[in-house]
Amino acid sequence: MTRLLPHPQVALTLAAVWLLLANSLAPGQIALGLLLGWAIALFAARFWPQVPRIHRPLALLRFVGVVLIDIAVANLAVARLVLGAPARLRPAFVRVPLALRSDLAISVLANTICLTPGTVASRLSSDRAYLLVHALDAADPGELVATIKRRYETPLREIFEPC
Amino acid sequence: MLEPLLSALILAGAAFTFIGSLGLVRLPDFYTRLHGPTKATTLGVGSLLIASALYFGARDGGISLHEVLVTLFLFITAPVSAHLLSKAALHLRLRSLAALPPEEGGEKPRRNGPPPANRKPE
Amino acid sequence: MLKSFALPVAIALVAAAFALSFWRLLVGPSAPDRILALDTLYINAIALLVLLGIHLSSALYFEAALLIALMGFIGTVAFCKYLLRGDIIE
Repeated sequence: MTRLLPHPQVALTLAAVWLLLANSLAPGQIALGLLLGWAIALFAARFWPQVPRIHRPLALLRFVGVVLIDIAVANLAVARLVLGAPARLRPAFVRVPLALRSDLAISVLANTICLTPGTVASRLSSDRAYLLVHALDAADPGELVATIKRRYETPLREIFEPC
Repeated sequence: MLEPLLSALILAGAAFTFIGSLGLVRLPDFYTRLHGPTKATTLGVGSLLIASALYFGARDGGISLHEVLVTLFLFITAPVSAHLLSKAALHLRLRSLAALPPEEGGEKPRRNGPPPANRKPE
Repeated sequence: MLKSFALPVAIALVAAAFALSFWRLLVGPSAPDRILALDTLYINAIALLVLLGIHLSSALYFEAALLIALMGFIGTVAFCKYLLRGDIIE
């Protein structure tokens, strides 16, 4: 944006984090938080040459909801696998071909895959063509890839890179 | 009303934390062990922190939100540590139950341990 | 019910989790296994601190939990970077 207020979203987020840390909503704390957010965003601006654009905020909220539910459900599944017979696991490395292009979208996708239990994103190929994912119990790798693409990648494309 | 909810959250959180560490001991190879703690533990600590927020909110008659900060932080950092750990394990070519994927690119030499620390001539 | 039953059971479970992670830290067998055990230990420490805070009804332990979360993450990243690059600060 302007040179004096390079990243308004970053400044507001930092102010919110400050208020959470202080655990109070006193006017003084709000002023201090906004001041800190503004100053830190100003000095950190050179690390963020381009501003990430969120095109569909509502879709982002929906995505967060889906991920939270998936975390809870899949955690129960992993707990069952751990308590059951580990010898019967079928772990596998799976390649997920990527349709996403931007740094931010790929990192969000990788973080989502790591957060939902049972899968860990292990490596991004140097040409960004695919993401290597390790699955704890993959009976059908093709199905896993299809699920990841349908459930996470498609909404992320809508949110960050609509074309 | 609040107390049963708090007890349930605390017990669930502690149980998930325990199961995460149990996975660390029981699962057969490093790549599967990675799944236990990095995630079950995150959910476990997450519900413990929700319980703590509710408890202190009820005690002080207001809302206590700074636990959200730790939860957010854990949910952002846990996947990063998991990713880095699995990347390091792949780099070291640790034994795995699943077929290891081919090494990235052909140019990197295969190593069995970390390279010498004084690689840079300074 | 909370203080007489749920909290002691929860603290015992987390303590058992500590013991299990510590066993993995001692046994290894590889360096990433030990880093993973340390990572689990610090998350267990956060859980124990939160439980202690509820038990003592004191919000003071929150800052300690936050600091452990910050430092533990940085430690894990530094160890992984060392394994990946043989160097921490590039």
